[in-house]
Amino acid sequence: MNILVCVKRVPAPGARINITADGQQVDTAFLGFTVSPHEECAVEQAVQLIEKHGGDVTVLTLGPIEAEEQLRTAVSTGATKAVLIPIDTTDWDPQRTAEAIAKVVAELETANGKYDLVLFGNESADSCGYQVGIRTALKLGRPIVNGAKGLEIENGAAKIRRESDAGVEIYKLAMPACVGVKEGINLPRYPTMKGRLASKKVAIARSKAEATTGGLKLITLQRPPERVSNTVILGNGPEAAPAIVDLLEELGILK
Amino acid sequence: MSEFPKSAKCVVIGAGIVGNCLVGHLSKLGWTNIVQLDKGPLPNPGGSTGHASNFIFPTDHNKEMALLTLASQQQYIELGMNNTCGGIEVARNPERLEEFNRRMTSAKSWGIDAKLLSPAEVKELVPFINEKIVLGGYYTPSVSCVDSLQTGTLMRESAVKAGNLSVFANTEVLDLEVENGAIKAVVTNKGRIEAEHVVVACGVWSPRIAKMAGASIPLTPAVHQMADVGPIDILQKSNAEVAFPIVRDMDTFCYERQTAGSMEVGSYAHRAIFMHPDDIPSNEASALSPTELPLTQEDFDPQMEQAIELMDMLGDAEIKYAINGLLSLTPDAMPVLGETVEVKNLWSAAAVWIKEGPGIAQLVAEWMTYGYPHLCDPHSSDISRFYPHEKTEHHIYARCDEHFNKTYGIVHPREQWASQRDMRRSPFYPREEAAGAKFFDARGWERPQWFTSNEKLIKKFKAACEDRPHEWDARWWSPITNAEHLQMRESVGMVDLTAFNEFDFTGKGAMKFLQYMCVNNVDVEVGRSVYTPLLTPAGGFRGDLTMMRLGEDHFRVITGAFDGGRDNYWFKRHMPNDGSVVFTDMSSALCTIGVWGPNAEKTMAKIVTGDHKPFDVSQKNFPYGAVRNVLIGGVPCTMFRISYVGENGWEIYTKMEHGLRLWDAVAAAGKEFEIIPVGMGVYAVTGRIEKGYRLMGAELESEYNPVEAGLARPKVKSANFIGKAAYLQARDEKPCAIMCTLEVLDHTSKSGLKRYPTGGNEPILTKAGERIVDAKGRVSRVTTAGAGPSVDKYLLLAYLTPEHAVEGNELRVMYMNELFPVRVARVGSQPLFDPTDARMKS
Repeated sequence: MNILVCVKRVPAPGARINITADGQQVDTAFLGFTVSPHEECAVEQAVQLIEKHGGDVTVLTLGPIEAEEQLRTAVSTGATKAVLIPIDTTDWDPQRTAEAIAKVVAELETANGKYDLVLFGNESADSCGYQVGIRTALKLGRPIVNGAKGLEIENGAAKIRRESDAGVEIYKLAMPACVGVKEGINLPRYPTMKGRLASKKVAIARSKAEATTGGLKLITLQRPPERVSNTVILGNGPEAAPAIVDLLEELGILK
Repeated sequence: MSEFPKSAKCVVIGAGIVGNCLVGHLSKLGWTNIVQLDKGPLPNPGGSTGHASNFIFPTDHNKEMALLTLASQQQYIELGMNNTCGGIEVARNPERLEEFNRRMTSAKSWGIDAKLLSPAEVKELVPFINEKIVLGGYYTPSVSCVDSLQTGTLMRESAVKAGNLSVFANTEVLDLEVENGAIKAVVTNKGRIEAEHVVVACGVWSPRIAKMAGASIPLTPAVHQMADVGPIDILQKSNAEVAFPIVRDMDTFCYERQTAGSMEVGSYAHRAIFMHPDDIPSNEASALSPTELPLTQEDFDPQMEQAIELMDMLGDAEIKYAINGLLSLTPDAMPVLGETVEVKNLWSAAAVWIKEGPGIAQLVAEWMTYGYPHLCDPHSSDISRFYPHEKTEHHIYARCDEHFNKTYGIVHPREQWASQRDMRRSPFYPREEAAGAKFFDARGWERPQWFTSNEKLIKKFKAACEDRPHEWDARWWSPITNAEHLQMRESVGMVDLTAFNEFDFTGKGAMKFLQYMCVNNVDVEVGRSVYTPLLTPAGGFRGDLTMMRLGEDHFRVITGAFDGGRDNYWFKRHMPNDGSVVFTDMSSALCTIGVWGPNAEKTMAKIVTGDHKPFDVSQKNFPYGAVRNVLIGGVPCTMFRISYVGENGWEIYTKMEHGLRLWDAVAAAGKEFEIIPVGMGVYAVTGRIEKGYRLMGAELESEYNPVEAGLARPKVKSANFIGKAAYLQARDEKPCAIMCTLEVLDHTSKSGLKRYPTGGNEPILTKAGERIVDAKGRVSRVTTAGAGPSVDKYLLLAYLTPEHAVEGNELRVMYMNELFPVRVARVGSQPLFDPTDARMKS
C-alpha cells in the first residue's frame, strides 16, 4: 500500500494559552510543538496498515522549516518517507493550504504512483477548521469520510467506521480515497530511541508551495475572559444545613 | 482553610523538598507561628522537586556535601521514604578507574560501604548492561531512591499537627518589604504578612524572590535533560519500583534509573542551557509544569546513542516522557544557604538537590535557631562567601557553563577555573607575568602559585624537590615550589598577598565591639597586633585572622581571600547600629607584599626609612608582632612583622597605586641576596605545613574548637565574646580530638610508583586499616597535605583521637584506595620546623 498522511505543526500549550502582543499567534516562547492527536492517530493507523499489508507511509506537512521536527517524529514512529512544503508566512488559509497540498500530491503521484489513501486528522489542533482534508479531497477528485474511528482494507476497498449519535456508520470507499481520522481510532505508539535516531537519517523531500489565498484573514486572537469561580463557605457542621437547603432550592434541585 | 494571617514569626516561601523539610525542622526546634507559602498547588507545586530523579549516591569528595547527604539519607530512612537499591558507577575510560580508587577513599572517610566491580560483576547485578564497553564499576550498596514529595508532605504535616504551621498553597509572593535593613513583611496575592524571619526556599525562582527585597541569591535555573522509556520487559517482570541498581554511566555523564517498568535516562552531557528566573512560565501556562520544559531533542540525541550502546534494550522502548527539566546551578556548584548579606532575617535555602535536601533543611533551621549550624560547617555553602563580582549573572552563567559538564566529571582537588579569569589583578601582576608566574584563581584574584623563572633553582635544591611520577599527583603542582621554599629559607623571598582582605574598624566603640567578636584580647598597645580565632556561639571556629591596632580607636583586620566575604558579613551582622563603630572595607585599596627569609631584614634595612630619617628595622626596635608606618623607597607603607611561613620578615601594606614601585624597590634591594618571587605553593602549603599553621576552612571549621586545634591560649580574657561559655567548657574538658602533624614514611604504591596524597579528606586509619572516629563522631582525615622541603618529609595535618595522638605512633593514610604508612610527628601546635620560632623572632 502507498499511504500519505498530512500533519500540521502546532504548539503544545498548557492550561492557559498566551497570545503574542500583536494578537496574531499563540506565544510559543516556552512551548514545545506537536501535531494534533487526530493526526498522531492517522500516522499510527497508516503504520498499522502497512505493517499488515506492506508498503510505504509518507508523511507530509505544509509549514515552517522547523516542522521537520514533526515529520521526523512521525518517521520515528514508523512512517517511511517525509515531505516538507516549506512556507515562511502565516497567512495560509484552508483554501490555499489545500490547493498547495493537492498540487504537491499530484506531483508526487506523477513521480511515484498513486497513493491508495491520503489521511488527515479530523481537524487541526490550533485553528480547528475541519476544512483542509475535505478541500484537498475535492481538489484531488477523491471521496472523503471524516470522523473515522475505524479504517481497514477489505477486498481492495477502504472500510471506514464512524460513530454518530444515531449509531455506527460504515462506509466503503474505492481507493484512491481520503479519510479524516479521529482520535480514539487507536492508541498511537511513542517514538522509540532507535526510531528517533533512525529518523534523523531520513532525507526530507521538499516541495514548493504554490497556491493563492482563499480570502480568509485572521484579524486577531483573543483569550476568552477567565472564568472566576468563587468559593463560599456555607458553614461548618450541622449549622450549615439550612444554607445548603436554601441553595438547593434556589438551584431548583429541591422543590 | 484558615484565614490568611496578618503576622508570623517566620514565613517560609516554597514547598519543595527544602521548604517542606525546613518547616518540619523549625517546628521540631521549637518555632511556632510559622507560615508556609507556595504559588503552586500541593503536594507538587511545580518546582524542581516534582520532576527530580530522586536518587542518592552518597559518596562525595567534599566533606560538607558528604555529611549533608548522609544526614539527608538518614532522615529519608527515618520517615520510611528511602528505598535502598544500590548503585553502580561504570567506567568506560581508564582515568575513571583511577577516579573510582579515589571514590573508594572518600567512601572510607565517610564510612560508606563501597566496592570495586569487574565488568562481569557489574553484569551480574545489571544483567541488561553491555559489559563489553565497561572497564569496571564502583558499587555502593546503600544508594537509594527516595520519595521526595511524600517526605516533604510528612515533614510539613508534622509541623501542622504540632500546631506550629499554617500552609497556603496557590499563594503568590508579590513583594518583600524591608525596614531598616531587616525583613518586615511578605506581600502576597492573598494578603500581607508581617514576619520576623523570611526564608526563600524557592529553588529556581529564588533569585527573583530575593530581588524583591534587594537581596541576591546567585543561582541560575538550568536544564537537565531526562527521558522515561518503556515499558521494558525485564523491568516490568521485576515487579518493583527499583529492582536493579541505578547505573551512572560516568564517562558519558548519563544515568539509567529504573522507575517500575520503565527506565529513566538522564543526562549532564548536553550543552549548558540556562533560563532566567523571570522567564519561567507560570503553572497555568505550562504544558507539564513550570520546570518541565519541552525536550530540545537534538541536545539529547548523542546521549540516546550512548545509552543504547550501554543497554541495548533501551533502543526499542518507547519514549513516553522527555523533558528539559530545570534545576538550580550556582557559580561554584555548592548550595546558597544562610542569612542574606543585604537583608537581616531574610534567609536563603536555595540551590539544593534532593539528595541533600532534608539535611540542609536541618542545617538552616539550626542556623536560624542557634546562630550557627551544628550539623556541619557550612562554609562552602554560606551565601556570604560571594564577592560582588561573583553575584552577577555574567559570572553565574560563565561558571555554570564551565562546570555543568563536570557534574559527573573527574575534578582535581587543585583544579583551576578557566572562565572569569583576570577579574582581579594585583599591581605586581606585570612583574609576576614577566617572571613566568603560573596563576591560580583566588576568588577572582590572579595569584602566582609558582614562578617558572625559578625553575633553575630546582638544580640547586635537587635533593629536596620530589619527583611526582604520577600525573594526578603532579597536576596543578610544580617542584619549583620546593625550590622557592628553600631559596626563601636560605636567603629571602617576596610573596604577593594582595588577595588579603583588610577591614578597618574605627570609632569609640571599635575596641569593645572587637573584644566581643574575638577570642583573644584585642586591647593591645597601638602598634601591636593580635592573632585570634572568631567562634560560633557553640564554640567552634567561625573565623581565624590577625588584627593590627593602628590607633586608639582604629583596628585593621586581615583575613584571607577565601574567607573575606564570610568574615565581612559576620562582623557587620554583629556591629552596633548606634554609629559607635565604622566599618571600612579596604581590600580594594591596599596591596600587600610579604618579604621573608634570613636576609629579609638586611634587604629591608636598605630601603626602609622614616620621613627624612633612618629607620631601624632590627627586632630590638621593631619586634615580632609589631606594626610600623614607614617609607619604602619613598612610598608610605605599613609594615607588620609577622610570618605564616616561619621566617623573619614582614607583611608590607601600601595603597594599590604605590604597589609597583614598592615591588621594584624590594626586588632591587634584595638583588644582592638573590631575592626571588615566591608563589602561594610555599605560602599556603609548604611553608605553612612545616610550621603546622592551621588554615580556616581546612583545619579550622565550626566542628572543632581552639583547644582541639591547639590554638587555646593559657588565659581567657575577662571580656565577654561570642562562644565564650562553650570555649570555657572546652578548656575544662579533655579534648577528644587533637590536631597533629604526620609524616609519610613510604610513598611506594603497589604499582611501584611513588604517590603523594593531594590532601582531599583522605582518611587516617589504624595500622589494621580501621577508621579513627572521635567521641563526637568526627573522622580523622587529611586536612592539608604537602611537602616539607626543609624537614625532608612529606607532611599531613589531621585531627586524631588522644589514644592515637602520640608522637611516634604509626598509622596509615589511605590514598587512591591504597594504604601508606604514616607516623605522628607532632601533637598539637608545636611545629616540626624551627619549633622555638627562633628564625622569626631573633
